[in-house]
Amino acid sequence: MDILSLFVIVPVLTVLVLVITKNLKQARLVSLVGMTVQFIMSINLIFAYLKERAISTDIMVFTRDVVWYETFNIHYNIGVDAISVVMIALTSTVVLAGIFISWKIADLPKEFFISLLVLSSGVFGFFISLDLFTMFLFFEIAVIPMYLLIGIWGSGPKENSAMKLTLMLMAASAVLSVGIFGVYFNSDADGGALTFNILEIAQVNIPLAAQNLFFPFLFIGFAVLGALFPFHTWSPSGHASAPTAVSMLHAGVLMKLGGYGVFRVAMYLLPLGALNWSNFFLVLATIGVIYGAFGAIMQKDLKYINAYASVSHLGLVLFALLMINKTAWNGAIIQSLSHGLLTALFFALIGMVYGRTHTREISKLGGLMKVLPFIGAVYVITGLAYLGLPGFSGFVAEMNIFVGAFQHPDMFRRILTVIVVSSIVVTAVYILRMLGKIMMGPINNDEFKNLTKATWYEKTGLILLMIPVVAIGVMPFWLSEMLKESIQPFLERLL
Amino acid sequence: MDFSYTILIPLIPLALFLVLGIFSKKITPAISGWLGSLGLGSSFVLSLYTAYHYFLKGKVNDVYQTFIYKDTWIIFTDKLHIDMGVLIDPISVMMLVVVSTVSFMVHLYSIGYMKGDDGFTRFFAYLSLFSFSMFGLVLATNLFQMYIFWELVGVSSYLLIGYYYTKPSAVAAGKKAFIVTRFADLGFLLGILILSYYTGTFDFDLLTNPEGSIITNGVASSFMGLSVLTWAILLIFIGGAGKSAMFPLHIWLPDAMEGPTPVSALIHAATMVVAGVYLVARMFPLYYFLDNGFALDVVAYVGAFSALFAAIIAVTQTDIKRVLAFSTMSQIGYMMLALGVSKYEGHDGLGFMASMFHLFTHAMFKGLLFLAAGSVIHAVHSNYLKDMGGLRKYMPITNIVFLIAALSIAGFPGFAGFFSKDEILVAAFESNMLLYVIGVFVAGLTAFYMFRLYFGIFWGKETKFEHAPHESPLSMTIPMLFLAFMSIAGGYIHFSEYVTADHQSFEAHLNYPLAAITVGVGLIGIIIAYVLYKKETSIPLKLSNSFGSFYKWTYDKFYIDEIYLFVTKKIIFGLIAAPAAWFDKHIVDASMIGIGNATASLSNRIKGMQSGKFQDYAMSFIGGGVVIAMIIFYIWIN
Repeated sequence: MDILSLFVIVPVLTVLVLVITKNLKQARLVSLVGMTVQFIMSINLIFAYLKERAISTDIMVFTRDVVWYETFNIHYNIGVDAISVVMIALTSTVVLAGIFISWKIADLPKEFFISLLVLSSGVFGFFISLDLFTMFLFFEIAVIPMYLLIGIWGSGPKENSAMKLTLMLMAASAVLSVGIFGVYFNSDADGGALTFNILEIAQVNIPLAAQNLFFPFLFIGFAVLGALFPFHTWSPSGHASAPTAVSMLHAGVLMKLGGYGVFRVAMYLLPLGALNWSNFFLVLATIGVIYGAFGAIMQKDLKYINAYASVSHLGLVLFALLMINKTAWNGAIIQSLSHGLLTALFFALIGMVYGRTHTREISKLGGLMKVLPFIGAVYVITGLAYLGLPGFSGFVAEMNIFVGAFQHPDMFRRILTVIVVSSIVVTAVYILRMLGKIMMGPINNDEFKNLTKATWYEKTGLILLMIPVVAIGVMPFWLSEMLKESIQPFLERLL
Repeated sequence: MDFSYTILIPLIPLALFLVLGIFSKKITPAISGWLGSLGLGSSFVLSLYTAYHYFLKGKVNDVYQTFIYKDTWIIFTDKLHIDMGVLIDPISVMMLVVVSTVSFMVHLYSIGYMKGDDGFTRFFAYLSLFSFSMFGLVLATNLFQMYIFWELVGVSSYLLIGYYYTKPSAVAAGKKAFIVTRFADLGFLLGILILSYYTGTFDFDLLTNPEGSIITNGVASSFMGLSVLTWAILLIFIGGAGKSAMFPLHIWLPDAMEGPTPVSALIHAATMVVAGVYLVARMFPLYYFLDNGFALDVVAYVGAFSALFAAIIAVTQTDIKRVLAFSTMSQIGYMMLALGVSKYEGHDGLGFMASMFHLFTHAMFKGLLFLAAGSVIHAVHSNYLKDMGGLRKYMPITNIVFLIAALSIAGFPGFAGFFSKDEILVAAFESNMLLYVIGVFVAGLTAFYMFRLYFGIFWGKETKFEHAPHESPLSMTIPMLFLAFMSIAGGYIHFSEYVTADHQSFEAHLNYPLAAITVGVGLIGIIIAYVLYKKETSIPLKLSNSFGSFYKWTYDKFYIDEIYLFVTKKIIFGLIAAPAAWFDKHIVDASMIGIGNATASLSNRIKGMQSGKFQDYAMSFIGGGVVIAMIIFYIWIN
């Protein structure tokens, strides 16, 4: 058995065992064991990758290729580079933390964990795939369970939100599939066979007209998931209705599929299209960054604040990708990691606050730090990390993006860069406003005085997410150098 | 010579912060207080040793050498990378002494001042975090490292201002301080990005080398008549002006007085607020040589205006900490002014030396003023002058040290402030008459408002107290006495031998005629304060009434806060954020829902066709067949 396929097999096996569990205790124990194995494997993968990288010069390592559907030349083709390795590590961390956060889920626990793990197996499959078709398949596996997870275990207008989210993402998938088939049917441009293999397509000179035509399909298809303005509105209502672990996984990992897909597929396979379209999408991404931040200022519900903040921070990922240089791309990937961890932390914390106070409206909350010191402290640290304080991952990501974006001396990109950089002030406004209102100040409701303190599983989940945030923030060197090596071949396509 | 041990100076407080922060629940207050003081005490001793070591042996051929120890932290591009390390040169060593002295004293003082507070350990953890960040800032080897620690001191300041986090005004003040300085830091960051793009480096030793290619070929490309590098350092100066509370970015400083008083002494008087001055001093060759010192002139005028503006406001304030806050702003304005009029070489660099000298003495006497004010507030449980008066009988030590500090800041001969202020005014006199006159006028105002404060607290009306105030404990008075000693002795250090722009010593002498003018003006200020406030009279009230609306404007700080409030609430929130949120809900989201609804209603219309009746289907089938047949027939006959 190869080291990568295990990442899909372990969740699937866990799901199979989950089917025979009887109650919450058994279900969460099985999930915990399965995902702990997954987590250890992903840490191991980082070291195995570094070892393999030292002796291999291939773009992808641990590759494996099995013909799956010969007529259309579809393969189960897998392999990883540094970028997929860190994304896998991110996913397994968030999923494991999500299990801890869902320790006490009340309704239909078995079904909940099953949906969660099916979703995560799709995400893992997506990150290891090198075949467009297989990748798309895993992409769909990751998106569909979302409907059930929100529709059944959600809160508020959950059916409506679930519907909106699923329909918008399905529409994006439809757009994406047009792009994928567009690439597929042009993959014989140099006389070879039609193929879905990403690395093979990258060797083909797809005609310029086809590149210009299909790039927007691929870009938008993926970027909707990365909350590209103006296709981001599924995210606030979807997140608001979703249960905690689902919000964590969705904002923390699933939304990263967008940026990853843009990087791995859209820009890599259609480089000329990317160059021609980059200014247009740069404008959209810039609007997203600043618009999401201003949108977040006015929100009243904690989850909405976080959802708009995600629009802003993921806009930054797309912005950096479209800036097309090594530093900015490095920043984009670190930003994906950083945002994934921080937004998962935020949703976990919001879930803990909501579970205790039964409200997410900031006007009804106040002074929680006094009664919930651990949650309060982590909330403040997460907030500060989110607004880009040095010492945390967000700062490293943002500075890479800003310095990278600044390497383009043309006026157009300079202006966009200055606009994007100024978002750091707006971010500080909405984060500090939120922290000040809910955690600090006097306790504004007597019932809050008897809230239960953080439990061990909540603390474990939070600490698990916090460790990489600090590690990346304090010692970014190794991560940054490891990523750059893998960025290089992708960048060369665009130069 | 090896100065690599200086890395311990920031690392000790960092270790303390981690220990106190992580185990804040387990460590008892007594232990955390002494542990913190011990840690900062070691940093203090190390800093003194560094100063001794460096200033006595750091010279080669009469020039103080620069020592750099660093390691790569992250690589951005082929040229640009951030290093973390320490840079030892005259100004960084001087700052080490300033920061560690005040920080150590404040730690000791806080043991008494914060006694019984339930966040005692948290308080010391924050203080350690601040000390770590400030040392890191001072020792930075490159602009980006400085920016990193610049942000960290900002967040420490935020945490400490909002230390009493259940108090809404403290939370609001912390938020305001953070956001205003962050806005300024945006300028700093953009400046760094521009500067690094055109010079290809962040490193101070490359940027500020007067013989280096950056300064000699400074005009890389120009933008609106100035070199882009000048624009960059002007943007960087915005960052400095924000931290150092220069007009119009000063609005956070008075509110920052919501923090515990030791914090005001450490962060908002002695160390963090002078970071802007330090930043300009650190990059002084760039400011001086680029575009004939255009940016430096901006620094000088901003400094002079802030000095005057703040001194006027300080005259009318009634909260003693706010008087001191405006006084701080005014004195930092002095330092900026001095830097702004300075030249680079030898005796012409008098302003630079004077600025650093004043930074040093100011840290001592202003730190002391705050600690003494804290001692008073601790005793009477109020910040307002109206609740004070006649305290000299109850608090003899505080009375004496406050008087020493007040004489020092007023520039009374023989006290530290006299020497440093004199050098500043001499430097201003030699270069710009307008700035000199402003400086002298501000000196008079300073003496007046400071003695208004002194007489108002310790003399004046005999207030009746329910609980008689008593002198503070030893842990508070000893640090005050030490700083009082420094507020006198600090003036006798020959700064021109040690801390100069070009790292070479020169001889600086008192300029007796100018000193006489300054002292005279200061004495007039003190005498007016004596007449008005030594005994309780009705003259001050009449006087303030005679100034009418000018008094009111001054008392309300010229409504700068209201202008900011208008801009943020009405323009940014009202005209940008709220419409953005509205647009998102009613246009973007609504159009997505609209597409969904349109699809649904379309399917509603056509769903009637799926009636389930065989006849309907047969009807459609035959009808459709006929239509298709007709079309085919039509095409065929054509």
